[in-house]
Amino acid sequence: MADNGDTGFFSRLREGLSKTRRGFVKNLEEMVVGERVISREFYDELEETLISADMGPVFAANVIEEMKNRAKRNELDRRDALMNVLNDYMLSILEASDKPLRIPKDDLFTVMVVGVNGTGKTTTVGKIASRLKQEGTSVMAAAADTFRAAAVEQLDVWCRRADIPLIKHPTGGDPSAVAYDAIRAARSRGTNVLLVDTAGRLHTKTNLMDELKKIKRIMARELPGAPHETLLVLDAVTGQNALNQARMFNDEIGVTGLVLTKLDGTSRGGIIIRIADELKLPIRFIGIGEQADDLRPFDGREFVEALMSSQ
Amino acid sequence: MFENLTEKFDTVFKKLKGRGVLDEENIREALKDIRIALLEADVNFRVVREFIEEVREHAVGREVLDSITPGQQIVKIVHDQLALLMADENNQLKLDGRFPSPIMLVGLQGCGKTTTAAKLARHLKEQGNRVALVSADVYRPAAMEQLKILGNKIDVPVFESGEAENPVKICVDAVEYSRANGFDTLLIDTAGRLHIDQPLMEELARIKAAVNPSEILLVADAMTGQEAVSVAQSFNETLALDGVVLTKIDGDARGGAALSLRKVTGTPIKFLGIGEKIDALEVFHAERMASRILGMGDILTLVEKAQKTIDEKAAKELERKIRKNDFTLDDLKTQLQQIKKMGPLQDILGMIPGAGKIKGLKNMQPDEDELVKVTAVIDSMTKEERAHYKIINGSRRKRIAAGSGTTVQDVNRVIKNYEAMRKMMKKLSKGGMKSFSRGKIPF
Repeated sequence: MADNGDTGFFSRLREGLSKTRRGFVKNLEEMVVGERVISREFYDELEETLISADMGPVFAANVIEEMKNRAKRNELDRRDALMNVLNDYMLSILEASDKPLRIPKDDLFTVMVVGVNGTGKTTTVGKIASRLKQEGTSVMAAAADTFRAAAVEQLDVWCRRADIPLIKHPTGGDPSAVAYDAIRAARSRGTNVLLVDTAGRLHTKTNLMDELKKIKRIMARELPGAPHETLLVLDAVTGQNALNQARMFNDEIGVTGLVLTKLDGTSRGGIIIRIADELKLPIRFIGIGEQADDLRPFDGREFVEALMSSQ
Repeated sequence: MFENLTEKFDTVFKKLKGRGVLDEENIREALKDIRIALLEADVNFRVVREFIEEVREHAVGREVLDSITPGQQIVKIVHDQLALLMADENNQLKLDGRFPSPIMLVGLQGCGKTTTAAKLARHLKEQGNRVALVSADVYRPAAMEQLKILGNKIDVPVFESGEAENPVKICVDAVEYSRANGFDTLLIDTAGRLHIDQPLMEELARIKAAVNPSEILLVADAMTGQEAVSVAQSFNETLALDGVVLTKIDGDARGGAALSLRKVTGTPIKFLGIGEKIDALEVFHAERMASRILGMGDILTLVEKAQKTIDEKAAKELERKIRKNDFTLDDLKTQLQQIKKMGPLQDILGMIPGAGKIKGLKNMQPDEDELVKVTAVIDSMTKEERAHYKIINGSRRKRIAAGSGTTVQDVNRVIKNYEAMRKMMKKLSKGGMKSFSRGKIPF
């Protein structure tokens, strides 16, 4: 999905992240201004800053190790040098993950959206659908969350707002059957993109993960290569457990892209950098608000800049 | 629950075990590891800092004179501190006798407010209250519909209102409705919101002013990271919270948010959300939680849970059998039938002291079909075979397979799993459980 060339995007992202950035950068700047030699207190402060952004103690230790090495080589005695080094380091980690979702126009492209409960899967499906529709892509949604009460109705509201066809079964039905019907319907109508919303599930529930495997299997049987994209939706408020989520969903069903939601709060979503570091999964979108156009393609440089740059 | 932290602590204390003398050096080392474990568990770094200092003070002050091993001493100090931090005698809901007593649920988007509202409604109804529900969420599509469906499931009326209405007015009307219809408790489900969203936070304050709730509970996700602190702070400052409900604790989140939330709000954690089913709600016990964090398991909760679904006698019998390693195939069958009622096996095993340490246990969750198969296999055995599984030889296995409509491989697997289970129980009855029952820390 291409960015619309919206000039407001960067400022919007910055605005979304600014509440957190203020604290983040202020700390670092206060630490280094007027300090030529880097003290132990400095590293303690840096560790705290990284940990409080949910990057975790292990990852924070790695970053500090890296900074210490560079300090030894006298690369780190000025403020802007420090910011640059931190910037570059974060960027190098995000490099492999900085891959926007490309949707080919010539054939049916299927997207399955998965995640634990309450991360914003249905909302994400609604937002992607609206966005694609605005861009003139023909899109269809499938309500394969047949478990949660009113999940179907929730997606239905999104689809009606955006005027998108929705394939649904009654609550309690077999989610694979919904996916099956949806693929058939999408093919016969010549739809370009099919978005399959699934029920939230904790990654530790074996039987529910098996259900996802089944949905995936049925989709692949109906349409070789489907689902073409399996999006894992992560909540920026989540701490280190997001890494477990990403690992388990990836091991069990194979994740091809990540979505980081709820970045409009004070959470910095730093865990995404640790996930990128360990799993190298592409980060496709970030959610920075409740409106349909508040779902944005992820851009590593902008993300890091918005997170680290001073105002 | 808290499995990972438990495992972490197990390794931390393994290092201390057998050193004989607790000196400055190994305290420092252990505390360093505990610090990292707590941070990995998402306890807020400020809370961790305070906690570590408290533990250090206690450790240095008390020395090791009155303890058996330094390891036990440290475990006890950390355990006591954890329990102390989370404990609160006032963890009951306080309904003030008004008709109705409103209970208001607040929190971020997706933390589980609506599900918790239904679970609490069911819990209160079970205790004999006349409960009504209302959704003040006019923002999320189908949020009201969701509560209505859940209310129907548990047979609790949900106050009807238009989606276009003002949330404050909806709540006021719902109070009036409850009063007129003789409901003593009204559960108010509010829309999820960011703690920095001023207009929406003010809306909550207006609802509070209009209905004067007996209880305002913050619903928080057990997976919450460092921001648990600022979220709790904002909600507490705006509303003066009365308690916390911690949800989604049935996953593998280390749940450090529990410590942070408690520390910041100063209010008790009252309930835990432990699953997607509508009865998956548990009362919070600090001692048990601390024990659980430290790998001492939670035999009390296990027994309580069993009591609810089975009966007390059967639960005692099960406990006795586990202790005596006198667990037959017949017992296995009875247990498998109960498991369906009690919830996933891994939840249950998580409560058994030391079970977290046993490798491969995590994958030991049978699916429903498997349960049916295992039951069929055991049903096809003779009484003698069920009591003494060792006599089941090749020809008996063939007969059992034919009788149960399964294969010999299936029969083999049932017996193998049963043997593994006996072994595990033997370990438990030797270690964790016995010492736990004597009131000592299993170590």
